[in-house]
Amino acid sequence: MTLATLLILAAALIGIGLYGAFSQQSFVMLMMGLELILNGAMLAAVSFWALTGGGAPEGQLLTIIVMAVMAIEMAMGFALVISVYRAKQADMTEALDGLKQ
Amino acid sequence: MSAVDIVFFINAAIAIYAGWRVFVTDSMVRASFFLLVSFLAVGVIMLLLAAIYLGVALFFMMAVEMMVMALFMVMFMMNPAGLNPMKMVHQEKVAIGVGVVAFVALGAVALFGEFPSRPVPEGLEPVVSLGHELLGDSMLVFESAGVTLLATMIAVVMLTSHKGRYGDANEGSQPPGLEPGGDPADKPPEDEGGGHHHHHCH
Repeated sequence: MTLATLLILAAALIGIGLYGAFSQQSFVMLMMGLELILNGAMLAAVSFWALTGGGAPEGQLLTIIVMAVMAIEMAMGFALVISVYRAKQADMTEALDGLKQ
Repeated sequence: MSAVDIVFFINAAIAIYAGWRVFVTDSMVRASFFLLVSFLAVGVIMLLLAAIYLGVALFFMMAVEMMVMALFMVMFMMNPAGLNPMKMVHQEKVAIGVGVVAFVALGAVALFGEFPSRPVPEGLEPVVSLGHELLGDSMLVFESAGVTLLATMIAVVMLTSHKGRYGDANEGSQPPGLEPGGDPADKPPEDEGGGHHHHHCH
């Protein structure tokens, strides 16, 4: 378990997440892609903290912030899904081509 | 190869496989559980890296979050049980290209970048040091995260409320049909009997 293997794992998670975020039509699947990206980002932050930071606590703090971002992303995402669904009866990104009135 | 390495490689394989399966499985609910498995594997790796608080927090947070996500899947998505083949993607080639380029670029940084080697010291208690950091120097950051989460809660309630800015948020919207393009689900046909009509106009 070296820093290189950890970062390659994080890169793989970020790559898969980017694929999901760019390719999925459904809002919730798109959010899953974003979550996977943040998963990789958290892993990279913890890896740097554990192997290069010399035990400085800021690496863990960064990860906590990413976790908070994740919670916010999910809560706001679901709220927006509900709003869009109410307005357009749709849960697909294609339905948002006409947001402006 | 030590036991820690073996556990790491098993969990790394699980994390990548489950993360990939999220976007190719036929069932939306299964997709959310695959994402949960991916997060749990990363949580185990965090525990291996001595980030005890973060690993455990990730377990609890993701377990709850993926349950909520599975519920939303059942509420909003078709095919929750994965009974039919299903693929809902657009611009797939571009997406694959972006993913591969990101992986190659970040992997190159991982392989060829030079990082200092300063592992966590032996005597360090990671949870205690994080607690001192959070409740001392980084109190403002921690409290900002709390206030941001509160603002998120208020915004979520506002966005999902039935009461919109200009009256009823549901006004004009109709439930979806039972079949694509069909009539709204809860409205009986206009010419049906009339027995359900209420006559309040006296």
